[in-house]
Amino acid sequence: MVPRIRSRLAGIGATALGLGAMVAPLLMQSSPAAAQAWEPTRPIQFIIPAGTGGGADQMARFIQGVVAKNNLAKQPIVTLNKGGGAGAEGFLEVKKTAGDPHNIIITLSNLFTTPLATGVPFSWKDLTPVAMLALDQFVLWVPADAPYKTAKEYIEAVKAGDDKSFKMGGTGSKQEDQIITVALEKLTAPKKFTYIPYAGGGAVAVQLVGKHVNSTVNNPIEAVSQWKAGALRPLCIFDAKRSVYKDKVTETMAWSDIPTCMESGVNTEYQMLRGIFMSPGVKSEHVAYYVDLFKKVMATDDWKRFMQDGAYNQTFMTGDQFKTWVAANDARHHDLMKEAGFLAPGK
Amino acid sequence: MDEISSLIGGFKVALSFYNLALMLVGILLGVIIGVLPGLGGANGVAILLPLTFGMPPTSAIIMLSCIYWGALFGGAITSILFNIPGEPWSVATTFDGHPMAQRGRADEALTAAFTSSFVGALVAVIVITFLAPLIARFALQFGPAEFFSVFFLTFASFVGMGRGSPFKVLASMCLGFALGAVGMDKMTGILRMTFDHAELLAGFDFLIAVIGLFGIGEILSSMESGLKFQGSHAVIRLNAVLQTWKQLFRYWATSIRSCIIGCWMGITPGGATPASFMSYGLAKRFSKRGNNFGKGEIEGVVAPETAAHAAGTSALLPMLTLGIPGSPTAAVLLGGLLIWGLQPGPMLFVEQKEFVWGLIASMYLGNIVGLIVVLTCVPLFAAILRVPFSIIAPVILVICAVGAYTVHNSMFDVWMMLVFGVVGYTFNKLGYPLPPLVLAIVLGDKAEESFRQAMLSSQGALTIFWSNWLVGSIMTLGMILLFWPAVTWLLDKVRRTSSQPVPAPAGAAVVDRER
Repeated sequence: MVPRIRSRLAGIGATALGLGAMVAPLLMQSSPAAAQAWEPTRPIQFIIPAGTGGGADQMARFIQGVVAKNNLAKQPIVTLNKGGGAGAEGFLEVKKTAGDPHNIIITLSNLFTTPLATGVPFSWKDLTPVAMLALDQFVLWVPADAPYKTAKEYIEAVKAGDDKSFKMGGTGSKQEDQIITVALEKLTAPKKFTYIPYAGGGAVAVQLVGKHVNSTVNNPIEAVSQWKAGALRPLCIFDAKRSVYKDKVTETMAWSDIPTCMESGVNTEYQMLRGIFMSPGVKSEHVAYYVDLFKKVMATDDWKRFMQDGAYNQTFMTGDQFKTWVAANDARHHDLMKEAGFLAPGK
Repeated sequence: MDEISSLIGGFKVALSFYNLALMLVGILLGVIIGVLPGLGGANGVAILLPLTFGMPPTSAIIMLSCIYWGALFGGAITSILFNIPGEPWSVATTFDGHPMAQRGRADEALTAAFTSSFVGALVAVIVITFLAPLIARFALQFGPAEFFSVFFLTFASFVGMGRGSPFKVLASMCLGFALGAVGMDKMTGILRMTFDHAELLAGFDFLIAVIGLFGIGEILSSMESGLKFQGSHAVIRLNAVLQTWKQLFRYWATSIRSCIIGCWMGITPGGATPASFMSYGLAKRFSKRGNNFGKGEIEGVVAPETAAHAAGTSALLPMLTLGIPGSPTAAVLLGGLLIWGLQPGPMLFVEQKEFVWGLIASMYLGNIVGLIVVLTCVPLFAAILRVPFSIIAPVILVICAVGAYTVHNSMFDVWMMLVFGVVGYTFNKLGYPLPPLVLAIVLGDKAEESFRQAMLSSQGALTIFWSNWLVGSIMTLGMILLFWPAVTWLLDKVRRTSSQPVPAPAGAAVVDRER
């Protein structure tokens, strides 16, 4: 009997020791060390509210690569695609993990459009804004052998043609591509485009090359390789000013050679937020860590090359300035979608 | 020829010791990843991608594509041994591969699977080597109507699948369509059948359904039949490899047909999964032993594996030349390309010759190395079946659960996997065929999307499906395959009735009177 009790006590003791060994470090970690800045203690989850291969996915994986290559963070970054429901899956996931500073999410316009269009119970206010990394541009593309050399010519052609005979390809429905299409339809009124949604920007560009659609409003990075190969022609860029990148992309043109849509008489402007957000309920030191991390990322040469390849508008914003920008953009999207009739009932 | 000299240059790059070592490591990792259900090639490549940042781009892509290769081979292993498809494109391999294993012919099945995979991949790489620019141009011709016609053809070639009542096949397929419809509708942005559950926003992932229906369902059925797993009587014949090869020469026609299907589906891009289903369906239709399919015919393993590998390999082509990833793994590889400073697209072949041809050369080598690795392990894999079922079943359950979790990092998927397991068991008991259900879940969503895109393009006119030679010929082929059983049944009936004396038909009488 006695040896059995002894061995049982030994077992309990060993378990207690083991549990203690596991719990003690956790207890030690949760006591804040005010002197040193916070750093992540687990791998960082980088959520992408979109499918693989698109602009957001490419940027997030690129950031992951830059951080790993230049050793900018002690914990690894793990990317996760949660694009279900036009990104709602990813946003809800981050909303659920309130207080956990190890989740960050990259955004596209679906931060605004998805809750407005689908009524999913979520809004940008449920997340903590960290930083704006860049603004993604939109360009009006047509096949290289199309008869329209300027945006104005194309709009005239649509106005003169049959209603809905011109096909515009875009990513998803009730999202940024379709919003721009509706804005263009104000200029081609009463004629409308036929908008055909595809799963991703890459597929959209290829459909244009194959002439299955007449035009697209791809982001630069989605169409740049086809432009270089001479298959597509950019008509105008939906920005107030021309692109700042003066290096030649094709033999004859640089990004800065593309006229703005305003110049061409097409009074439409739209850019997309590429920003980073975090779970709600995190402390300011957590936000500060990531702001610092991204500042380091943006200082690398790799990032600068990526910005140039994709003709991104390099705008870095953090803190209250960023929050104000986001709120203003949300309101703008609300108006755009209301005009287009994309709002879910009750919004 | 220009291509051959470029290829030789590529071999020089690929044949360094460093790259060969990476190939071996890649293949081994890939096989492990392929064997674990749910942990697909895409996840594996994504997890290991950061390891490659320190390497030169050519070495990095060689290792990653060898992981992809290994995963293609590995998926067949659990399909045959445990009826659990390690990868979506191995589902069709379970139909005949597992019955073969149950009859003690696991080593034959494995050898057949690996060899067919090798052949399929080899043919696809040869096609890529010589026809890359042509194929890229061909892929551009595919708009929504053409995509739909390809999916339609896949369904049509598979329709004769079910044994027993065709209505059960139809019911199974319709249930699959319904399940595939859950989630967000991409065309209108409306949520379908999610009942306000956030977890259902993305719909049911095909992998979860497959792991549950086949893997868990099979375990439940085996549990019911009293934990008797006939595989324990498997004889390990070391010269099984040679004996199987002798047999495989008989199926050269099936191989060639499957290679064509696979290459075509990979390029278009339909994908490896539809390719394997279509190839199986057509093999069953045209084989002399078609009625034996599903009970352990070796041809039923050759057809899907050849097609799946040909498709998986040729899917890399649209990724390289057009920047469209033909599969999730290709999408991750695409991300890798960007980090290494390479822009995929038509200019890649022109601007980065060394990289592209090094990659293509490594495909040949990786294929050969992969085949040697897995063939030498065939007796070892077959020996796993000798482990008593009561030990192996819990292990399989845990691995499946882990696999299901890794797909979306969600516990909900694990519960869904168990639900699907019960569904699979119920289907087996009631005699409803599973393959149509699986096919409908995989393709239903995409087929519907293409159809609606095509309808938008044509403003509702169905004639778009016969608007050019490409889509018209595919649709016609699909129609023929779809109605072939009905036509043969009618002809049979007519032949049977005309063996009895029959009065002259009215038409002939009219003609007589006119004369």
